[in-house]
Amino acid sequence: MSNCGAQLEFIHAGLVFEDGPERLRALRDLSVTVRPGESVALIGPSGCGKSTTLRLASGMLSPSEGDVLVNGMPVGKPRQETALIPQDLGLLPWKTVLQNAVLGLAIRKVPKDQALQHAKDALSQVGLEGFEAAYPKELSGGMRQRLALARALAMDADLLLMDEPLSAVDALLRESLQDVLLDLWRERGHTQMLVTHSIEEAVYLGERILVFSPRPATLKADIANPHVGEDGWRDSAQFANQCNEVRSALAESAGEATGANPPEPQAAADKKGR
Amino acid sequence: MLSKVGGYVFAVAFIVAGWWITALAVNSPALPTPAQTVEVLGSNMDVLIPFFWTSAYRVVASLLIGTLLAVPIAQLCTRSRVLDRLFAPVLYLLYPIPKVVLLPILLVLFGLADAPKIVLISLTVFFQVLVAVRDAVKAVPESALISVRALGGSAWDEYRHVYVPATLPAVFTSLRIGVGTAIAVLFIAEAMAGSTGLGYFIMQSWSMVNYPRMFAGIIALALLGLVLYAIFDLLERRLTRWR
Ligand SMILES: Nc1ncnc2c1ncn2[C@@H]1O[C@H](COP(=O)(O)OP(=O)(O)OP(=O)(O)O)[C@@H](O)[C@H]1O
Ligand SMILES: [Mg+2]
Repeated sequence: MSNCGAQLEFIHAGLVFEDGPERLRALRDLSVTVRPGESVALIGPSGCGKSTTLRLASGMLSPSEGDVLVNGMPVGKPRQETALIPQDLGLLPWKTVLQNAVLGLAIRKVPKDQALQHAKDALSQVGLEGFEAAYPKELSGGMRQRLALARALAMDADLLLMDEPLSAVDALLRESLQDVLLDLWRERGHTQMLVTHSIEEAVYLGERILVFSPRPATLKADIANPHVGEDGWRDSAQFANQCNEVRSALAESAGEATGANPPEPQAAADKKGR
Repeated sequence: MLSKVGGYVFAVAFIVAGWWITALAVNSPALPTPAQTVEVLGSNMDVLIPFFWTSAYRVVASLLIGTLLAVPIAQLCTRSRVLDRLFAPVLYLLYPIPKVVLLPILLVLFGLADAPKIVLISLTVFFQVLVAVRDAVKAVPESALISVRALGGSAWDEYRHVYVPATLPAVFTSLRIGVGTAIAVLFIAEAMAGSTGLGYFIMQSWSMVNYPRMFAGIIALALLGLVLYAIFDLLERRLTRWR
């Protein structure tokens, strides 16, 4: 496909959740520019604000401070050219695999035949052909993740946001789906942002690896990883080095937070407890 | 499939046998045996068939009217917090009242023909569907709505892809359960007023002390209920395959 990737910018973006029992800051002063066609991996401790960052990029949330821009425009509401795979996948239980895969296109009012063809192609790309008529409850966790991936792929988006899309598949399938993601990204040239807890996955798929601190998330490290997509990258010595670098950046950001600012998450929990 | 058919054959055989034994034991003209009933049904077909259709028309029209009013109102109520706060207590107070007590008023207002019966059954159905759909809308998973919104869907897309498919099974469940009540209300309405329908046929036979004829009417009314129940059951099952 010849669609160019979108440019995604966070400019001093911050987010505070106001609707809970108390104000909760999830993101502080994030400034990052993701260039068109770039693949960025986002890694950080659990609960730090990664999903929140993706929801900001998708337009599901608006920043409390600063700006989030796609192609230079503030994203006020979800764009139809952005595909988000939410952490809970967002599959509709009353729709079959094929109906779920075609949903994004149906919403965009793509002609039916064309939409179905796109959806079927996407399903076969993730290895779900033959399951078109099944319902999500009949799929395994990994198959559901592949379905969510197929739905995003069918949309041919210029910005693909993925929240731990491969966390429930076995190691081998995971590697093969990582290759699917990599091939699709190279072939289509979309911009992508991938949240993951796997250091290897981040290093395998991200041209840049953003490391977040514990909540409220701040950008702790922005590690260049230029060899993504090269043959044999996963087995090279450099790959292992990069993994170590990300690992120590993660440990450092976690350690820093527990050293400099230990009571924060704990204090909030205590307050709720009382 | 075969075992299912076998199950129904067994059930019918069981019921007919039970009925036969009871009829022989009771030995009253008010409870004819199945063999006598077949005979009676045959000889009353000319009156029964038009009355069957009259009654069927009244129930089906009421089910449609009740449902078509209840679904959008239930959706509307649950979409707006203010409306729901306003209507929830009203609903809470009105729902348990047996609507059939309104029959005398409706007879005064609408006369003796179809109108009061349809209004009465529609009211009964309306509340049942309203309550069921309201609960179903409240149970719609937030993540489904989020997913449609994340794909850039409009309010109409949310309605089409989430609210309708998520609540339609509840509509048919409430209709399936409501058929029994609807037929009961129909019987009372027809028995009390007018000179058409199976309810009238049954009460007329009773006053004529023609028990076999009365029983034929009962069988016809039971059949009407059974057919409607089976239809809604089928629709419900087809729509809830995803569960
Ligand atoms: N809608 C919301 N309202 C209030 N607080 C929220 C909301 N969504 C998330 N949070 C809070 O914001 C913080 C960050 O959440 P987020 O989901 O972004 O974390 P995460 O980095 O994706 O975590 P994980 O790796 O476990 O998925 C958490 O403390 C969470 O409780
Ligand atoms: Mg998350």
